[in-house]
Amino acid sequence: MTEQGVRWTAEQVLALAPDDASRKAGGRLGGAGPWSQIGGSASGSVWGLCKGSGSNPYRTVVDLTGPAYKCSCPSRKFPCKHALGLLLLWSAEGVGEPGEAPDWAAQWLADRAARAARPAAGPVDEEAARRRAERRAARVGAGVTELEQRLADLLRGGLAGQEHAGYAAWEETAARMVDAQAPGLAGRVRELGTIPSCGPGWPARMLEEAALLHLLDRAWMGVTGLPDQLAATVRSRVGLPASGEGEAVRDRWLVLAQYDSVSPDGRLTTRRIWLRGLTGGRPALVLDFGPPGRPPGLALPVGLVLEAELRFRPGSAGLRADLGERSAAAAPCTEVPAGVSTQAALEAYGAALREDPWLESWPVVLGPVIPIPGELGWQLADAEGTSALPVPLTGAGSRSRGGLWQLAALSGGGPVTVFGECGHRGFTPLTAWQPGSSEPVALS
Amino acid sequence: MSEGDEGYGEWQELVGAALLGTDRRRGGGPAGSPGALLDAAAVHTVRRRAGLRPAAARPRPEPAPHDARPAPPEAAVRRLAQLLAGRTGAGSGGGGRRGSAPDLTELLPQWLAAAGRHGYRAPAGLVPALLDAARARSDLRPQALALAGARGLWLARMNPDWRFALRGGAGGGELPDVTDPSAVERLWEEGLFAERVALLGAVRAHAPAAAPRLLATTWASERAEDRLMFLDSLRVGLSLEDESFLEAALGDRSRNVRATAAELLSALPQSALAGRMAGRALACVGPEGVTPPAECDAGMLRDGVVKRPPAGRGERAWWLGQLVEAAPLSCWRERFGGLGPAEIVALPVASAEGWAEELHAAWCRAAVRQRDPEWSRALLGPASAPPAAGPGTASLAERARLLETLPDGERAEWVAEFVRAHGLSEAFQLLGVCVVPWAGALGRAVVDALDSAREAGSYPWSFSGVMGLAERCLDPAEAGRLEALTAAAEDPPDASPGAAAYWAEAFQRLVATLRLRAAMLSELTPP
Repeated sequence: MTEQGVRWTAEQVLALAPDDASRKAGGRLGGAGPWSQIGGSASGSVWGLCKGSGSNPYRTVVDLTGPAYKCSCPSRKFPCKHALGLLLLWSAEGVGEPGEAPDWAAQWLADRAARAARPAAGPVDEEAARRRAERRAARVGAGVTELEQRLADLLRGGLAGQEHAGYAAWEETAARMVDAQAPGLAGRVRELGTIPSCGPGWPARMLEEAALLHLLDRAWMGVTGLPDQLAATVRSRVGLPASGEGEAVRDRWLVLAQYDSVSPDGRLTTRRIWLRGLTGGRPALVLDFGPPGRPPGLALPVGLVLEAELRFRPGSAGLRADLGERSAAAAPCTEVPAGVSTQAALEAYGAALREDPWLESWPVVLGPVIPIPGELGWQLADAEGTSALPVPLTGAGSRSRGGLWQLAALSGGGPVTVFGECGHRGFTPLTAWQPGSSEPVALS
Repeated sequence: MSEGDEGYGEWQELVGAALLGTDRRRGGGPAGSPGALLDAAAVHTVRRRAGLRPAAARPRPEPAPHDARPAPPEAAVRRLAQLLAGRTGAGSGGGGRRGSAPDLTELLPQWLAAAGRHGYRAPAGLVPALLDAARARSDLRPQALALAGARGLWLARMNPDWRFALRGGAGGGELPDVTDPSAVERLWEEGLFAERVALLGAVRAHAPAAAPRLLATTWASERAEDRLMFLDSLRVGLSLEDESFLEAALGDRSRNVRATAAELLSALPQSALAGRMAGRALACVGPEGVTPPAECDAGMLRDGVVKRPPAGRGERAWWLGQLVEAAPLSCWRERFGGLGPAEIVALPVASAEGWAEELHAAWCRAAVRQRDPEWSRALLGPASAPPAAGPGTASLAERARLLETLPDGERAEWVAEFVRAHGLSEAFQLLGVCVVPWAGALGRAVVDALDSAREAGSYPWSFSGVMGLAERCLDPAEAGRLEALTAAAEDPPDASPGAAAYWAEAFQRLVATLRLRAAMLSELTPP
């Protein structure tokens, strides 16, 4: 490779945009017109000067390994339209032979490199940390005991009364769990409280969720006697921060999906990024969070391959990971991942439940399958054979119908390969590949 | 998905116990205490989830027919995705000043039209977005549906939101074979109104004489508003085959139906109604002067003349206008001793009552209705003459309609001349009827006029209408000439403050939009 690795496609660049307006504005700056002194280095960075309305041009630098951006414009969008424009220009035409960065770009790139090399945390007062952990464990324990009491009361009185009991009592219990510093329990309690208003079949679903919550309570009470991995799973499900370093895995990671969900109160945006190791085949889930009104900072366009180290957190069926050091600039993937049958997809989910019984779904590449639209519900059916998985249309994990129609349009009644989350409610499609094309389509 | 049969009954028992409450089932059942019940339910839940098996697949949809047309080049696909994504967001940034960013909303129709000319199919993944766009904007439908092709119809059959795609013209896959009389009859008897209109159009395109026969089978039982809509749909492709049916409709119960039938007949100069109207009009107007009808008789009423004038107009002038409007323009040459339209229009129609204005206005309406370029030309007069002094009408809307009857090149030339002589302040409607992209002379006239307005020191938003038109109609090749105008100059001495900078910005936006259009069109060119 003579310059900055394999160039990205324009879709992959545009997927980095924080909103529609930036996408459009960036698209307009993606031609050579306003740019001068553009260049790039062999280590994976590009830079250029963009003429704006002022007298001085904006200085824009992008570190492709991040990707990370620096621009002298006053915009608070991130990346700004200039960074997007520069990347689009690079994706369309490249920036020529690698060269030396000008001073203004070199300074920032050097600072970044220096920061990356520095160890992240300072010295730790282990004694104080242990005391803090003990205090927190005691508070969570009190919360768990209270929650068990609440569940026992629920079962004693019978679920039948819940249909008219309203959500407020559950919200109060959830608030008590937040006070007990167990946000994981609080979330499950809120979810439980909404079930009676979710239509037919709610008593069975409510019993399931109450039972799983009870299982988590019991597991917490006996957490010291559990094997390490399961104990870590329980702690993270209850909502405690991960303790201890996880396993580090180096691979070429294919980005399979990226999507955002906003918390019910609108305060927090959660971005989920699904990865899969091309060599080891291991799935990974990287999360990033954004404050109100701001999208999360980490953006990894679907279809890119990053050569990087992932640090897997202990527990949670080994899915949660943090993105570590990246060794090369991301490049587009040229192959379609191999899909499995509907039966194998459910088996994979079932196997994962052995490590984390609270797991809602498991990432699976399914295919070849045929989407079957239906007024009552959609299915994804094996191209050969008669088995199918339903697509959940409501509740947690379901996506908009728009994405499903997009999937149907891509298939035209024929087989496609689909990546998505396979769980006890069915299969939620996130990304699709058309036959004969290696370019993934992110379903909106 | 399904689970094993074993354990299902047990689970139902647990749910039953939970619904009822353990207090009320003490001693009996699988789990006495709340804790035991929850333990059993937890085991059951995890076991069930771990042992799920796929469900039986429902019938699959028939595969969509193969679309042999090529997909557009990659860059063009990306552009379409951007235009479709921007469609919904377009309004959110509105309200404020537009700045120098190009205008995207009008580019989508142009993209669709250009892609249609190249014979592309829509990329499959974008067909749903395209159908959504066409659903929201009916002006996009013909081109969007043509582009979506078989894949679009295949999707529309499954999604009620897109049902609009199944009716109507070009792509309508739902209409029966028009040569199959029983299928046609069945849909005509049982179809929805829109389907029936589409069917009528299809039958008419195949055999013009068959359409009135089809209409006549159910005419008496149709509701008045439906009769009106059916008549209206005959406007396109009107021919003498429709005459006898329309003639019968002159006796319709509904006044609106009668009036529409009369209007359609008067657009057919060889029709009997046109002949009757010519007779009446010739009796009123001639070289010797104008004598409006003294009364509105039963024959006139039957031929669609409306007796009561609108408030403020004399009834004789009102009747005169209607007669002249409905009379074939070809009848006047002989009446005026062989004079052509230009000479007839220039005659001083001497009359103390001032009938001239009434007469000229009626001729204008007739020229539009009968699509007569020769009369339109005469009534428009020279473009450089002041609008108020023109022979026909000073109304810009009516002039625009007259212009529409002229051939494309002549129309552009006339409007260019008008802009050169009178500037842009009254040109908006006239520019709106010119063919896109604007012919060279017209484009240059508009750019020059904008430049003059800038030099005169007024603000650019006084010309925002024309600017918007220019963005979507100017030939992209003009961008080079416009570039010179984008430099921010000093305000001229007597200009409004800051005008020069705003003009520079407005021209920048115009140039940026034109370049975007040029880029868009070149992306669509096959490699």
